[in-house]
Amino acid sequence: MNAPVRPSRRGFLQGSLGALVLSVTAQGVVTTAWAAEPASKAFGADSMPGGTVDDPLVFVSIAADGTVTIVAHRAEMGTGVRTSLPMVVADEMEARWERVTVVQADANEARYGNQNVDGSRSVRHFLMPMRRVGAAARHMLEAAAAARWSVPVADVKAAMHEVVHVPTGRRLGYGELAADAARQPVPAPETLKLKAHADFRYIGKDQVRLVDLEDIGRGQAKYGMDMTLPGMVYAVVARPPVVGGKLRRVDAVAALAVPGVLQVVEIPGFEGAPAFKPLGGVAVVARNTWAAMQGRAALVLEWDDGPNGAYDSTAYRQTLEAAAQAPGKVMRQAGHAAQVWERAPEAQRVVADYYIPHLAHASMEPPVATVQIHKDRAEVWTSVQNPAAAQEAVAARLKLKPEQVTVHVLLLGGGFGRKSKPDFVDEAAIVAQALPEGTPVKLVWTRDDDIHHDYLHTVSVEHLQAVVSPDGQVQSWLHRSASPTIASLFAEGAKGQQLFESAMSAINMPYVIANVQVETAEVAAHARIGWFRSVANIPHAFAAQCFIAELAHHAGQDHRQFALDLIGPARKIDPGTLGDTWNYTESPERYPYDTGRLRGVIEAACQGADWGRTLPKGHGLGLAFCYSFMSYTAAVVEVAVDADGEIQVVAVDMAIDCGPQINPERIRAQLEGGAIMGLSLALTSEITFTRGRVVQSNFHDYEVLRHQASPRVIRCHLVNDDHALPPGGVGEPPVPPVAPALCNAIFAATGKRVRSLPVRKVA
Amino acid sequence: MTQLQINGQTRTVDVPDDMPLLWVLRDELGMTGTKFGCGMALCGACTVHMDGAPIRACVTPLSAVVGQPITTIEHMQADHVGQVVQQAWVENNVAQCGYCQAGQIMTAVNLLKTQPAPSEQQIDDAMSGNICRCGTYPRIRKAIQQAAGQLAQGSKQ
Repeated sequence: MNAPVRPSRRGFLQGSLGALVLSVTAQGVVTTAWAAEPASKAFGADSMPGGTVDDPLVFVSIAADGTVTIVAHRAEMGTGVRTSLPMVVADEMEARWERVTVVQADANEARYGNQNVDGSRSVRHFLMPMRRVGAAARHMLEAAAAARWSVPVADVKAAMHEVVHVPTGRRLGYGELAADAARQPVPAPETLKLKAHADFRYIGKDQVRLVDLEDIGRGQAKYGMDMTLPGMVYAVVARPPVVGGKLRRVDAVAALAVPGVLQVVEIPGFEGAPAFKPLGGVAVVARNTWAAMQGRAALVLEWDDGPNGAYDSTAYRQTLEAAAQAPGKVMRQAGHAAQVWERAPEAQRVVADYYIPHLAHASMEPPVATVQIHKDRAEVWTSVQNPAAAQEAVAARLKLKPEQVTVHVLLLGGGFGRKSKPDFVDEAAIVAQALPEGTPVKLVWTRDDDIHHDYLHTVSVEHLQAVVSPDGQVQSWLHRSASPTIASLFAEGAKGQQLFESAMSAINMPYVIANVQVETAEVAAHARIGWFRSVANIPHAFAAQCFIAELAHHAGQDHRQFALDLIGPARKIDPGTLGDTWNYTESPERYPYDTGRLRGVIEAACQGADWGRTLPKGHGLGLAFCYSFMSYTAAVVEVAVDADGEIQVVAVDMAIDCGPQINPERIRAQLEGGAIMGLSLALTSEITFTRGRVVQSNFHDYEVLRHQASPRVIRCHLVNDDHALPPGGVGEPPVPPVAPALCNAIFAATGKRVRSLPVRKVA
Repeated sequence: MTQLQINGQTRTVDVPDDMPLLWVLRDELGMTGTKFGCGMALCGACTVHMDGAPIRACVTPLSAVVGQPITTIEHMQADHVGQVVQQAWVENNVAQCGYCQAGQIMTAVNLLKTQPAPSEQQIDDAMSGNICRCGTYPRIRKAIQQAAGQLAQGSKQ
């Protein structure tokens, strides 16, 4: 099926929920209500750059020998989408998976739709477009067969890589039909017949392994780091040790004398907000990576540290703690939380502050990009989550049109949110510009670079205070976050979390509490703050979920029962009534907050862990749960703490309700991996600053979980596989409940509260 | 000019003696199966075998490997234990991003060659130098146990 490119078609969801209306009562209390609005707001996939494309001629081609080639347009960083989305196409078009070849798309959002792999959106946004691609291809194959036999289309049926004429049993393979099928009109989306769920062969069946699985085991899978071209040179960069710092002086004489070093290239620093601009510094270009590293070590450098030169994380924690005690910007308010607190007797008050430090992504493959510039065009090979952003950054840098920049996307050795920022690709383009035309350069970040210069997960103090009446009812809840905002990347001096950050488990809590106040404190950023797998859900869920356990204890109740009562009965809540007008960009009508589904994952995790059983001495169970990226997750951790306070994670029960389960095996993998990443940030990982500099540099001081500390048992519970529901995300939702579940387990085991991460040992 | 024994073949390179084997393999010989993760022998992604024993190529200079038989991930398909381990990795769907897995496999192969029936503790001790940021540790354990079982069965035939 190879035909001229047809114009891509996009569908537009008609949002019918309206705009937020603020009304101010006589007491100055702000409440929210919905009002009608023109039904033209784009939600979800349609609100992303590039939207979605469901043209089969873009994604599918069939060779004369029957090989079906399916384009994977979303980058692969370990969630399996390079396999899962083509699998969906293959299922709908009745292709045999063993006859399918997957090819990775270059950057081209106009052609393929959105390609930015972040926000747990790949299956969430592309399940239906890929089903439509497959169904359309199937229709065209059937139409081609019917035409060939001069029979009605209703008499033919595609099945397992061939089309059969049902009355006579005649059959034609996809290879034979390919050319004719490509000439068929592409069916209009409303005429497509999607498969009934009972007819799925691959979707939900765990029959398909990762397309790269065998290559990975043989060392043949190609990552960004593995790119090689004839004549390629290598570069590493000495960057300002402090964000916003500038090069004062460089002496490159010794560097240039290192065997293999070819030249040095200055990289300009950024002005204003850092965004995705390079930090600046000096690149050393050499014949191999080692010589480039040796050359960099030989540079003599002087830096002006700039405005963040005094950043000290110990001092900054005090700043955050102070800010967390003072009134902040109100993000949600219902009732009179402040007054109820004022009037409550001391015995009914519970207050706690929680601290979550900066975190680094630390993917096993550090950032890397290869760029080759020719006259009027450039070619890029890199492992990025957002190929279009890389294309735009390189085009802008080289003063080319985006169409003149080809970005080839290789496998990512992990991403976790770091590699959606194209700063390192921009650096490679800057260096390539300084080389003879046509010289490819691979610009490599070392591990030290990656730890020192990450777009870090933010640092937070979360303040919670509640009034619990003697009957165990929570009367008021105040949650105040003191945390620098991601918005500081884009607006110099931006202070305090924005709506989208608060709407990750701070504002949008559904608990049956009459008096609720959610605030953010205005605190400045002194590092580049970025998106780290599940983002602001990490600190918000850590604090809120630990706090609910504290409230349960205060009320003398079992935590699980207390939490279920606090959530209240199964009901669908309009997120806008919780003050959440973001809802991960999704339509509140299509994706209400469903407390029944939240209760379901709590029950699944608790049942899996046999909540309430008698445990050996020193053991404890802890529960936590979270709604994030349109999915519901819960974790129960069993911990054993010995007399010395050494922590052993015995088992973890992870539950998820993500709606339809497209690749259950990969969902389990994300639950396992998310559990381990959640335990990593709870037990071992912390980035600190002294004199504006990140203190840590490699895995000896930025520790992540290793084999021996990983739980022997992780049980995965995939709940409510319901294809009538729109899909939820899977990559990020497993992470947030794990750290609070661990700390709640530590309390159950020892009676000691952990409110500050990481907890390396129980005091 | 320096001669090396890599995967049973003689290879010749012309680089300084202090260049770590990792970069000799990757940049000079184009053998990119062995990965760069930390450069300080902290993560295990660069694990190769020198005379059968696991070493971290990122901190092992060329001078230390001259005259020694080096085996890399690229050779594991031709090795009996390597094949069984690779197959167990596939059957257990171990990999997520996969970047650390070559190093994990190299360490696991050496473990099973020296300790055919490893205990949980021995698996932990052997594998703890190999970091996986995606969190595939439970499946790595399962794959090692499966491979150990298959190798034990095979040796009884």
